Amino acid sequence: MSDLFPDDDYYRLRLYIAGQTTKSLAAVSNLKRVCDAYLPGRYEIDVIDLAQNPQLAAGDQILAIPTLVRRLPEPLKRIIGDLSNLEKVLVGLDIRQKSEPP
Amino acid sequence: MPADATTTLALPKSLTGISGFDDITLGGLPTGRPTLVCGSAGCGKTLFATTFLVNGAIHFDEPGVFISFEERAGDLAKNVASLGFDLDNLIAERKLAIDHVHVERAEIEENGEYDLEGLFIRIGFAVDQIGARRVVLDTIETLFSGFTDHGILRAELRRLFGWLKDRGLTTIITGERGEGQLTRQGLEEYVSDCVILLDNRVTEQITTRRLRVVKYRGSAHGTNEYPFLIDHDGITVLPVTSSGRDIRVSSDIVSTGVPDLDRMLRKGGFYRGSSILLSGVAGTGKTTFATHFAHATCSRGERCLYFALEESSGEIIRNAQSVGLDLRQHIDAGLLRFEAARPNLYGLEMHLARMHRDLDRFKPEVVVLDPLSAYRGPDNEVHATLLRMLDLLKARGITGVFTSLTRDEEKRDTSENGMASLMDAWIRLMDVDANGERTRTLYVIKSRGMSHSNQVREYRITDEGIVLNDAYIGPDGVLTGTARLTQEAREKAAALRRQESIERRRREIVRKRETIERQIAELQAAIKAEEDESAMLIAEDNAHEDVLLRDNAARAARRGAAE
Repeated sequence: MSDLFPDDDYYRLRLYIAGQTTKSLAAVSNLKRVCDAYLPGRYEIDVIDLAQNPQLAAGDQILAIPTLVRRLPEPLKRIIGDLSNLEKVLVGLDIRQKSEPP
Repeated sequence: MPADATTTLALPKSLTGISGFDDITLGGLPTGRPTLVCGSAGCGKTLFATTFLVNGAIHFDEPGVFISFEERAGDLAKNVASLGFDLDNLIAERKLAIDHVHVERAEIEENGEYDLEGLFIRIGFAVDQIGARRVVLDTIETLFSGFTDHGILRAELRRLFGWLKDRGLTTIITGERGEGQLTRQGLEEYVSDCVILLDNRVTEQITTRRLRVVKYRGSAHGTNEYPFLIDHDGITVLPVTSSGRDIRVSSDIVSTGVPDLDRMLRKGGFYRGSSILLSGVAGTGKTTFATHFAHATCSRGERCLYFALEESSGEIIRNAQSVGLDLRQHIDAGLLRFEAARPNLYGLEMHLARMHRDLDRFKPEVVVLDPLSAYRGPDNEVHATLLRMLDLLKARGITGVFTSLTRDEEKRDTSENGMASLMDAWIRLMDVDANGERTRTLYVIKSRGMSHSNQVREYRITDEGIVLNDAYIGPDGVLTGTARLTQEAREKAAALRRQESIERRRREIVRKRETIERQIAELQAAIKAEEDESAMLIAEDNAHEDVLLRDNAARAARRGAAE
């Protein structure tokens, strides 16, 4: 998987969590729900648990947990919080309403 | 540095290694607790924090973590490189870790519940990696511009400070000065153990940095505002008063370097550790006296620190040469050092701070400050500065020689009088002009703890140094210079005349005695002659009698035979 993936429609997402907290678990399930619904087959999610890999926090300038980082498509975007507002997630990730939710 | 303070006090403290600061806090910052260092922009918060970390890493074997919310690690290293801090090297030796936390609001969207666990993890990771004991968060308030939900942020900061405390990390949190409170975001609410306020004030175009310990839970601390200095040697905090410090009192005597002046003092000089004021109008030779003192000090093999505020060291050395004092040899021997600084270069506080540092570094026995009157400012400030300067010297048992320019001989400055009461000894140099001639005189106004001559003495600055003449004191008052010489000539003539008349009388007596003795001799001769005469007559008479008797007998015999 290259960083220079040409397709604007392909989403590379990273979700930073710290341990299996309520907020973290909520963020993971909320994100999966949105992606499955709106980006079927054109997304990948790395869930990074900083409790296990603390050295990865500095690289993406992570402060808040959970933090979702959209690596692709450019530009880089961050959303912090448990992603409980699905509408805002769509807007925040710039997901075009190509297909209606099932 | 009170290294033992940490052990003697109940509250453990961590030395910052910042000169002076550890004194006023009696041992440094509270170990294992957060300290808030606040102040407006450019007042040295970051430098203070960096110094704390670097000293910890180098001198106290306590590695440190610098979490920078503003500057990148590279910039930080560059900024402090001028102070001789090699951050890159410390990082390589795993004594220091820097993490730059960058917060860009435009990139962040908030959606639902979150916390700052990520920051905790980053700090924790950096700390664990090098086994850090010290942490700096500079400036954590930047977070307030990065997150909209300040409720969460405040709760998280409170948790963070608690967490740092639980981990026993000695932490400095810097904060920007806010309106009506110490920090913009009221961080002082969360950090309650120790709060230090840095300040940067400009009065009359001169900047003075000041530091104050606002609070220090569980510990005594100096409460004043202390001036501090940032220069190529880092931060120096100047303790304002030497409270609680014993002043070393000495009964040793140090020479003034002018033998004649020494003789005016009962003990042959001034007490070691005393403060001596030389005041006088322009051109009375204040600096010359001061250089004599310096020369005498160095000739004894002691160190002398000379603060030259108006002249350069070169000028002073040359001028001293002209009165036969070779100061160069003392400089070469490392006994004499000049510190030249224009008085308006810094504020009074800065001068004091510099002096403080120089004293601790050079450790002189004698300090010359030439001239004191170069310090301008409100009287009370000058007075306060001077008081602390004297404290500084006294606490170290250093003899201080201060020159002071008197602006008007008649109306003596109030400042001079104010200064003079603080001084142990005071020599006033004067200009006397009379008969179209100017002469220099001096007298000892006071010399605490010893009697001294009350005479006004004339002095001359010669090729061989300062020489004092006995001033003429007669029915017409004190005469100096040519007037003195004239009077002395007059006296000499009178004395000569008196001498002559005595001689004359003596000769007359001798003559009289000779006359009388001659008369006596004549009379004795006369009586002798008379005695001789009468003895001759008596002898003649006796002879005549004998002849008569003999004739009578012969006549009788002849008569008898014929009858």
